[in-house]
Amino acid sequence: MSAERPVRAPGRWAVLAALAVLAVVMLSPFLIVTLNAFKSPAEYSSGGPLSLPKGLYLDGIIDFWNRVDFGEKLWNSLLISGTVAIGAVVLSVLNAYALGIGRVRGRLWILVLFLVANTLPQESLVYPLYYLSKEVGLYDSKLAVILIFIVIQAAFGTYLLSSVLGQFPREILEAASIDGAGKWRALSRIVVPISRPTLSVLLIFFFIWTWNEFFLPLIFLISNDNQTVPVALGVLQGEKMMDATMSSASALLGIVPAVAFFLIFQRTLTRGVTVGAIK
Amino acid sequence: MAPSPVRPRGRGGYWLFLIPSFVLFTVVIVVPFVMNVATSFTRWSGVGTPTWIGLDNYTKLFKDERFWTSFEHNAALIVAMAVVPTVIGLVLSAALFDYIGKKFGSRTASALRAAYYLPQVLPVAVAGVVWNWMLHPSYGAVNAIFGTKVNWLGDPDLALATVMAIMVWFQLGYPVVIFMAGLQRADPALHEAAEIDGASWWRRFWHITIPQIRPEIFVVLLTCTIAALKVFGPIFVLTRGGPGNATMVPSYFSYLNFFEKANVGYGSAIATVLALIIVVVTFLFLRVQERDS
Repeated sequence: MSAERPVRAPGRWAVLAALAVLAVVMLSPFLIVTLNAFKSPAEYSSGGPLSLPKGLYLDGIIDFWNRVDFGEKLWNSLLISGTVAIGAVVLSVLNAYALGIGRVRGRLWILVLFLVANTLPQESLVYPLYYLSKEVGLYDSKLAVILIFIVIQAAFGTYLLSSVLGQFPREILEAASIDGAGKWRALSRIVVPISRPTLSVLLIFFFIWTWNEFFLPLIFLISNDNQTVPVALGVLQGEKMMDATMSSASALLGIVPAVAFFLIFQRTLTRGVTVGAIK
Repeated sequence: MAPSPVRPRGRGGYWLFLIPSFVLFTVVIVVPFVMNVATSFTRWSGVGTPTWIGLDNYTKLFKDERFWTSFEHNAALIVAMAVVPTVIGLVLSAALFDYIGKKFGSRTASALRAAYYLPQVLPVAVAGVVWNWMLHPSYGAVNAIFGTKVNWLGDPDLALATVMAIMVWFQLGYPVVIFMAGLQRADPALHEAAEIDGASWWRRFWHITIPQIRPEIFVVLLTCTIAALKVFGPIFVLTRGGPGNATMVPSYFSYLNFFEKANVGYGSAIATVLALIIVVVTFLFLRVQERDS
């Protein structure tokens, strides 16, 4: 037994080292982007991408921020994602209440419909949506994007929440009913407060998924002052005015909010990522 | 026992709660989808009246080399976004869970897991922006680090492989996190018994770990396959389907027809076929999973 020890010890360090190297590879784009966002173009061309910046050069970030009015893009993303998250949770709760607790007739088919709606590619809806929104004067407005994503996210939320509410303790609802509570009261005073943990996971997921969306916002938000962060960054790709360090500054500005959300919501997310796995 | 009072007054009226969704779903999903299918039987530039041409778009589609190429690229992206991350993810999550976690503590394991997961938190378009910069032919960091002069995304022979590698990087963390959560659910007794019986790590991995997290493997393969079939953002940001058609995918191909070539009928046909494939794939997966459990 004791003879085995020294043989095994290098083995486990080798495994750790291999996994650590992989971690560095996975993180290296983040590190390199951050490193170079704080360099001047001259510094970049002389020192290359791996040299440490000599002091904090912020002009690349500030220039890019001002040129695309990044604050406005952040606000657009925040407004759209926040409204969608709240709207989609409300819609999911209403649906799941009818399907999971009310057990309305034909609920299985309704659920299948929601599931199909959730898996449909946006490509197969986009042109009619584009055409119809132009007809009613909602094209190039945040409202159109918000409404569309409320429905798309709620399709998933309904599917998930219906099975959660299907296991809701009946006795509590019956007790409330004896006390004379109607359906609305039972929903707002009992079902929603008790399901709060699940609802908050859904809220965060809807927020982040909407924040990360690209295809529909790209098509619907064409004017500069409506664009979201991913759209603004994606469209600016390969612009002539962008030099090496300003490009990395723009990438960094896309990374920071995403990583910030991840850190803020991490605890709820790790609890909920298996929930999201159903998507 | 007397019937509970909730039944008589509770049964009816719940459908009222479905009304807002019914309206919104009709407007946002049902009507547009039906319109899209209808448009796929027409020739239409987006303005004026569409001309009914029956199945012409579909017959043209099946003879269109670009269309078939775009699906071949989709298959390649399923390998890069679903198959490879699942295989590597299995090994990584098992190694983190019952090797690193046990020999170096669970904090080391979670730190490594977080590092693998970080690319997943990015909007996929931002991930594209990052790699576009890293791989830029004249000032990109990758060429500077390795001393190469390769045009990673601009060389038709390399572009697809480069996009695939980027997608592996982007997707890897998702299976790792899901599988590690699954392993926590699994019963450790089996593993310990096998270890006492002298089964090697690889044997235990193959015969115990993998069967235990089968449901998670299904979910990851399904969701990642669908994501690969729908992929648009990275292609738009990285290559716009090029050079030539080297990285053309169906979703970008339909986008081109919709918004750049004004072939709305043809674009609708592509989108309809893509929707059909995705729905069929979803149901096949769910059937297999059902039979499996």
